[in-house]
Amino acid sequence: MFVFRLDSGSGVPPYLQLVQQVRQALLLGFLQPGDRLPLIREVVESLAINPNTVAKAYRQLENEALVTGRPGQGTFVNQTPKATVSPAAYTSLRRGLQTWLDRAYAAGLDEQAINALFTSVHREAKAEDVA
Amino acid sequence: MTTLDADYALRTDALGKRFRQTWALRDCTLALPAGRVAALVGPNGAGKTTLLRLLVGLLAPTRGTVEVLGQSPTTNTSQALSRVGFLAQEHPLYRRFTVADHLRFGQACNLRFDRDLAQRRLTTLGIPLDRKAGALSGGQQAQVSLALAVAKRPELLVLDEPLASLDPVARREFLQSLMGVVADDGVTVVFSSHVIGELERVCDHIVVLNHGRIMLSGDIDTLLAEHRMLLGPRTSNNLDRAPNVIEATHAERHTTVLVRDGGAAPAPGWQPHPVSLEELVLGYLRRPADQGAGSATRESGVEA
Repeated sequence: MFVFRLDSGSGVPPYLQLVQQVRQALLLGFLQPGDRLPLIREVVESLAINPNTVAKAYRQLENEALVTGRPGQGTFVNQTPKATVSPAAYTSLRRGLQTWLDRAYAAGLDEQAINALFTSVHREAKAEDVA
Repeated sequence: MTTLDADYALRTDALGKRFRQTWALRDCTLALPAGRVAALVGPNGAGKTTLLRLLVGLLAPTRGTVEVLGQSPTTNTSQALSRVGFLAQEHPLYRRFTVADHLRFGQACNLRFDRDLAQRRLTTLGIPLDRKAGALSGGQQAQVSLALAVAKRPELLVLDEPLASLDPVARREFLQSLMGVVADDGVTVVFSSHVIGELERVCDHIVVLNHGRIMLSGDIDTLLAEHRMLLGPRTSNNLDRAPNVIEATHAERHTTVLVRDGGAAPAPGWQPHPVSLEELVLGYLRRPADQGAGSATRESGVEA
């Protein structure tokens, strides 16, 4: 059974943390088509979390067509996740990032500086996307 | 009389309460949709307990109106209150009564009381029914109090500082039980707290109270999406005057501004950052008393 975590200090809203964990697990193969997500009641029990929050996360995952809720049975991972990254693209992106990281370390950035840079560029890119 | 609205578990309109010369609560207008879990936060003396006692009919308003589950808790007391569960501060139990005595007492005093449910709940938690309440741990007393309040099968559960006296483990267990009740029965919950850290996972609605006034109230995710922290160069402009600015903090070379701009593009040179619930609440709690929810400041600053 899939197990959710919750990081109170991350600043990411709890419902989004749950959504991101499912997306990531799908990408990494920890969740596979047909798998059942924990029942809302089970997540509530284990995390002491608001059931409305879990329901909201599951709704969003349904909207993204990643899972399907079956009344009385639970929420199941879909056969064909909408936007799977092809293994080739994944490998190539990973390699590109590795090269970039090597350059960043060579230029004298440390882990914190790299994360800050990534977050800042990523935010700007997202902001431009929205604008 | 306001119209009955089944979508709201509670509504207040211009609610105020005065004790002798002092207004403990002023001009409080609130609406909480049914099925929500709302946190009432604010420092000691902000008016939290007064508001909660008004909700459950233990106090009568000096001004304005309260409507709980479509009824007034002061004029329709027994009808309205049979659907409301209330847990006062410090989990008050009769120390010499056993847990089983409390359950029997609860059944005798309430129109509706599911003693089996309470018994099952407490047995699952490993709380001995033959133990006297005074001999239970703080966490167990809190669980017994909650089980008693929930046995009424209330539609609205009002809890005054339920977490205050609990250690971290008991606190987590209490919240697990409480959230379990929400999941099982879809009950609406209002609870007060001055611990902000743990609220985000259990609440979807927040009411920030200070100086007897509501500083901020609404759906947490919506509020977080509407607010942002802008980081930019130290500015000499009097930002506190700008309509969307909640709080501006100046350092030697940079300025941090908490804004409610609904996600609009910031001025050039300003970097937007998402705001956490704690930053949001603290930002509003630091506002002066005369600034209610979202209103602009009237402070006269010196233009440099």
